Amino acid sequence: MTQLLTQGTIDTLYMTIVSTFFAYVLGLPMGVLLSVTGKGGIMENQPFNSVFGWLINILRSFPFVILMIVLIPFTRLVTGKMIGTNAACISLIIAAAPFVARLVESSFAEIDIGVIEAAKCMGATKWQIIFHVMLTEAVPSLIRGLSITTITLIGYSAMAGAVGAGGLGDIAIRYGLHRYQYNVMMLTVLLLVIIVCIIQIIFDYLANHVDKRNR
Amino acid sequence: MIQIQHLSKVFQDKSGETVALKDVNLHIQKGDIFGIIGMSGAGKSTLLRCLSTLEKPTSGSILLDGTDLSTLTGSRLISARRKMGVVFQGYNLLMQRTVRQNIAFPLTLSGSGKAGAVRRADELLELVGLSNKAESYPSQLSGGQKQRVAIARALATSPEVLLCDEPTSALDSLTTKSVLELLHDINTKLNVTIVIITHEIAVVKSICNKVAVIDSAEFVEWGDTKEVFEHPKTDMTKLLLGYEVLK
Repeated sequence: MTQLLTQGTIDTLYMTIVSTFFAYVLGLPMGVLLSVTGKGGIMENQPFNSVFGWLINILRSFPFVILMIVLIPFTRLVTGKMIGTNAACISLIIAAAPFVARLVESSFAEIDIGVIEAAKCMGATKWQIIFHVMLTEAVPSLIRGLSITTITLIGYSAMAGAVGAGGLGDIAIRYGLHRYQYNVMMLTVLLLVIIVCIIQIIFDYLANHVDKRNR
Repeated sequence: MIQIQHLSKVFQDKSGETVALKDVNLHIQKGDIFGIIGMSGAGKSTLLRCLSTLEKPTSGSILLDGTDLSTLTGSRLISARRKMGVVFQGYNLLMQRTVRQNIAFPLTLSGSGKAGAVRRADELLELVGLSNKAESYPSQLSGGQKQRVAIARALATSPEVLLCDEPTSALDSLTTKSVLELLHDINTKLNVTIVIITHEIAVVKSICNKVAVIDSAEFVEWGDTKEVFEHPKTDMTKLLLGYEVLK
């Protein structure tokens, strides 16, 4: 029992960390692109921004369970399997990347346009504005977005459990739902609550610690 | 130094055209503290945005030492921008960087070494009287202190011109006085030409040697401050000076 729950916790954490990481590898540049090509952005390009925005909206509209099924041929191609934790990570990454892109875009929207104009006046190039102004000024907000993404992915990974991905969600469904072992279900839920709380506390602390605006 | 010739700026939007500047001509000489004064919406901010190359003029030219700023692009635009420092009403400091990092920022952008940038930042901190605030963050400073940091930052690349957009409009009268004194000091000590956009007559009176009055997108009067204010010719100038104008 302990071993089962330990393995489940490890699987959940593994899926969450791996998929959050790769969701940002894809989503962060997407968010930057959305932001700089948007209205008033430093590389404003309305047609591109509309098309790209639509693509992201379409991906975000997929219910996660359906997306997992649609992606089966792709996950099999990448991981060689259609079930399991690694297979689930692929769907989690694809589902989370557009979500991350929108979060990153909204973090950048908080930056005062005047600061970007000031950098332009100093002779900053577009890349310098992205790396030395936008990304650095948005760090606290990006960290808050990261905590939202991580916690959302914990929830999604539990759903992935339904198709045999392993993790706490899988245990809750197999033991709690199918075998009526409600105590197991309660325990998994409790573990998930604890994990979510810890993540929230860590990220809140980090975001407040790095934010120099409210001292 | 700066020569503005037949400058016009028209904004196009769905509801039609808005003329923000109409055939503006101006000559700013080296060493001037040039005030541009007008009511809100007269076009003075647009003029400064054209000068600082944030807006492209619809027609006409802005010559800085003979180079037409309105035609520059790419790396030539970037190097022209480094010859000008801009100070904004809202300070526009980087909130996540210390005062010292803020002042060194333009130098970091131009790729100069870190040690040199820090040395220059400390020099400028002394000039603006904030040496003890080097490690503070902008959120820990008062409005007047923030504007001093912004001025120091604008001076980092040793520009020949300092463009100031309503630099004291967010400050109380005492702080305004000290910031203006600082600008005057910079003008005499470093021989930096200063252009100040303002709606406050007191600002022009206290430090500007030249003034241009802008009304409804056009200059209506210009010349030596003393001359213009002692013998105002147009209703707009009289209005700004606080005369009763009967129409």
